[in-house]
Amino acid sequence: MGTSAYTKEYFCLRGTSTYARGYLAVQLVDVGLELEGNEEEEEDERERHRGRRRDGDREKKKRGNGRRRRSSRGERGEEELQTRVEKRERGRMKKGRRDPEAKGREREEEEEEEEERPEIKSCKTAKTRKNIKNENARKMEEEEEERNAKKKKKHGSAKREREEDRSKCTVKEKAREGRRRKHKRVETSSEPETSEEDDLKEETEEREVRPESLSPEELEMLKEAVEEKKKLVQGLRGKPWPMKKKLVTLRESQEFVEKYEGALGKGKGRKLYAYKVMMSKKWMKFQRDFENFKTACIPWEMKIKEIESHFGSSVASYFIFLRWMYGINMILFCLTFGLVMVPEALMGRPYGTIPRKTVPRAEAPSAMDFAVLWDFGGYAQYSVLFYGYYNNQRAIGWLKFRMPLSYFLVGVGTVAYSYMVVIRTMARNANESGVGDDNSFNFSWKIFTSWDYLIGNPETADNKFASITTSFKEAILEEQESRKDDNIHLTRFLRVLANFLVLCCLAGSGYLIYFVVRRSQKFALEGLETHTWWERNEVNMVMSLLGMFCPMLFDVISALENYHPRVALQWQLGRIFALFLGNLYTFIIALMDEINLKREEEKIIKFNITTWEASLYNATGSENSTAPPVTFHPADVPRGPCWETMVGQEFVRLIISDTMTTYITLLIGDFLRAVLVRFLNYCWCWDLEAGFPSYSEFDVSGNVLGLIFNQGMIWMGAFYAPCLPALNVLRLHVSMYLQCWAVMCCNVPQERVFKASGSNNFYMAMLLVILFLSTLPAIYTIVTIPPSFDCGPFSGKKRMFDVIQETLESDFPAWFSKVFSYASNPGLVLPFILLMVLAIYYLQSTSKSYKEANVDLKKKLQTQNEENKRKNKLAALKAQTDLEEARAATQTAERQKNINASLQRQHAEEEEDLGSSQRKNGRPPPSVRHQDGRPPATRAPVPRTLHPDTHRSLGYLPGGGFPQQREPRMHRVPSLQRH
Amino acid sequence: MRGNDLKQAWQRMYTMIGKEENPFRDRIVETFSEDGLGNLSFNDFVDMFSALCETSPRELKTIYAFKIYDFNRDSFICKEDLRKTLNKLTKGDLTPEEVTLVCDKSIEEADLDGDSKLSFSDFENMISKAPDFLSNFHVRI
Repeated sequence: MGTSAYTKEYFCLRGTSTYARGYLAVQLVDVGLELEGNEEEEEDERERHRGRRRDGDREKKKRGNGRRRRSSRGERGEEELQTRVEKRERGRMKKGRRDPEAKGREREEEEEEEEERPEIKSCKTAKTRKNIKNENARKMEEEEEERNAKKKKKHGSAKREREEDRSKCTVKEKAREGRRRKHKRVETSSEPETSEEDDLKEETEEREVRPESLSPEELEMLKEAVEEKKKLVQGLRGKPWPMKKKLVTLRESQEFVEKYEGALGKGKGRKLYAYKVMMSKKWMKFQRDFENFKTACIPWEMKIKEIESHFGSSVASYFIFLRWMYGINMILFCLTFGLVMVPEALMGRPYGTIPRKTVPRAEAPSAMDFAVLWDFGGYAQYSVLFYGYYNNQRAIGWLKFRMPLSYFLVGVGTVAYSYMVVIRTMARNANESGVGDDNSFNFSWKIFTSWDYLIGNPETADNKFASITTSFKEAILEEQESRKDDNIHLTRFLRVLANFLVLCCLAGSGYLIYFVVRRSQKFALEGLETHTWWERNEVNMVMSLLGMFCPMLFDVISALENYHPRVALQWQLGRIFALFLGNLYTFIIALMDEINLKREEEKIIKFNITTWEASLYNATGSENSTAPPVTFHPADVPRGPCWETMVGQEFVRLIISDTMTTYITLLIGDFLRAVLVRFLNYCWCWDLEAGFPSYSEFDVSGNVLGLIFNQGMIWMGAFYAPCLPALNVLRLHVSMYLQCWAVMCCNVPQERVFKASGSNNFYMAMLLVILFLSTLPAIYTIVTIPPSFDCGPFSGKKRMFDVIQETLESDFPAWFSKVFSYASNPGLVLPFILLMVLAIYYLQSTSKSYKEANVDLKKKLQTQNEENKRKNKLAALKAQTDLEEARAATQTAERQKNINASLQRQHAEEEEDLGSSQRKNGRPPPSVRHQDGRPPATRAPVPRTLHPDTHRSLGYLPGGGFPQQREPRMHRVPSLQRH
Repeated sequence: MRGNDLKQAWQRMYTMIGKEENPFRDRIVETFSEDGLGNLSFNDFVDMFSALCETSPRELKTIYAFKIYDFNRDSFICKEDLRKTLNKLTKGDLTPEEVTLVCDKSIEEADLDGDSKLSFSDFENMISKAPDFLSNFHVRI
């Protein structure tokens, strides 16, 4: 323990000087640190620190007695003294903080290659400042000795300060040590702070704080200081300092807080705090995992994202739409499957018990053939898949399940649910697009925030690169479109011309369809056998030819219009939609014709059956009136044509053939083409990939329309074939995978990748139209055509909706049906409808006004933004001139400072030789000058601190080196002592 | 502190956090290294993670993001920096005209003081409104 021995000796030598006593403790620390610089063992170091502290305390107690005796003299000039003391303390503190670092530096250099230039600088400046102080000290020695007496009163505070200084030094040692320890713990220490905090705790416990010696004001100030420290600790994470600096600051402030919080009776919440931090971390992790889980739960999200990154959002919008359709169909499937098909299959009469559930004798031999089943005849026809299989028994099974009622309600429910979902989605999409996204920094955000730093997988990274490129291309396209201003008259003319041409096309094809349908009806009446193959299949051929060539024609025409590709897509969609309506029209016409034919047939059969039954009855009756009636096998009973099943079958066949066509065109048109282009390119005379056939692009409009019309078929046919939603789910599921694969493997991105509109309300609108168009015929048939007499759940009733009436009468109490009949009275229904219309009108007008207000506000916001930008520009200009001035001022100040510093350095070098004891002696408080009204000694560093500030006013630059660490607010504490 | 095993551990973590794929990996390392050449001391390494971790505050991230995108370290993001960033992001898939257009547009959007380069305050203002800066500018350890 060389140091303590040395200090004791030193005390003996110098102890008599009153003036020196006040600074002994601080200087001791310096000496100690200097000596320690040569030591190796950290443990020993700490021991020494403690020893020294004990010595210091003893000394202080002695001094304290003397001080109290003299304290009465120190009354006047308190204000100046306070500031002086403050300054001195601050200076000392800086020194205390920097010196150990400077001295420990050499050691650190050996171990790690980190060298902080700013720190060296600060050390140097600290030294120079010290030297200034020394000079001043020598000059003012006499004055100072007088004044010292007054200061004694303040020594209480100074003592504590000193204590703090020392503690800081130890802290620094500990910090260094801790850091070193941390280096060893690289892998294991996820939270190094906590373990080191513990070290600190031990350290603080050894030190005694005497809060009882503080006055309330001091306590107040102390509290404030502690709060500030705490704030510093909290904000430390946000400081762009190197880790070393952060650690040092953290330790200092924690030490401080530890010490004084204990004194103030706080600091018990530490465990709670740690617990809170831990919990918040856990919570965050949980949230993250939950987010991931949620994303993982969205079906095909990754596939769609991948497609979006390569083909742009317009292609992705198709797949999103497909996924949405899949969801809807899933619900429809659940409804029909759960409430109609399964109950009938489980609880209804089994197959073969009644005529409607049996294959007729004539069809029985071929009922299991694949061709028949593929056509949904034979066993497929007489199964739960179709309307005709269901029995009209009112309640089935032990649950008394009302089968006919359930069938009817599910049919109505599917349509109602579809309406609801489509409209709700449209409204939500409209909302989203109404709010609008802030596009003020579109490109900058794309540049600076689009890369996801989490990406680690090469494939994902490739996708991300592609998606960023695509998004840039989309944005560039938007930008170019917005800049484009051609001859507006020419464009207008061309657009009108294009629309005219398209209308001609549509009218022509409409007439063609009408003509062909009429002709085919005539042929049908004459009998199909007399006509050629072409005449028999005319309608279908015309329809498919139109469907093939008209879209191409529209595409060519739309090139005239020069629209933004997104708008062009919508036009294209609308036109093809109109064309396809013809398709729908012919289909419905054909269906109605067939229904009428079947009903004619049914009338005849019904008559035949009654005569057949009568003859049967007569025959048995005449032979033997008491004999049991002859039972026929259900397969032999004659039956009606059951038009409902026929309609269902038509729809199912249509869906199947449609699906097959889609898949086959996909395979041939895309896959085969891509394969040929790819491999024939090696032995072909021109470049197939770049030239004529090339690879196909993904046809968004065609696919979307196919999907929409397909859905329309489902809605139309679902009532007569409960299996349709199930089939559709299957189809959508397969086509999701197939199309995803086909897009990624055989298509190339469009030449002009464009951004899909935020809401695909256009798709939704078309879907709504189709939904309406397809429910019309379904409702018409349900309401106007009486059900078949011998098949389906409603057989024997006049109309299908009679099932409601029946249920009301038999299953509900009498008063309910009475109430219902009152409620359905036109006198009540009409006013109610009127009320609803009024409500709709009101809501619509309010929403309109809201929309207007929204647009207004948006406009205002935009103008304000622009104004702000302009203002900012002005302010920036002003700030720039200010900065230049400040720079000029700084430069002059700097120059002056340099001169001063060089002078002082000379002095310092001289002084270095004088030895440590001399040096300590010659360091009086620099604040003496203050009293003489001369500029304060700390003037020189002022421009230096000003420098970063001026920068900050302009937007401070992190590039030029980290901003200066702010003084930890230790000096607040000494200022307490003024009271 | 560049012991051998530390270096190995560093290498392992480097691959683990998936910066292999990051187009800015060199810039990140350069920014956080004290010598500016990409040699990380342990403290630099810890700095890097403390800045890029999920919980670090937005201000800190903004400061380091600015440094990362400031290729020539002149405390301004100029058009040349933007061009470099863009080429790294798109792997050079955009034509020079498109790149120029994007650079011009983004300067026009974000530059508040009209010096046709982005100072830190411009950058901060722009980033503070970006919706997915925080979610994208972090790594998981």
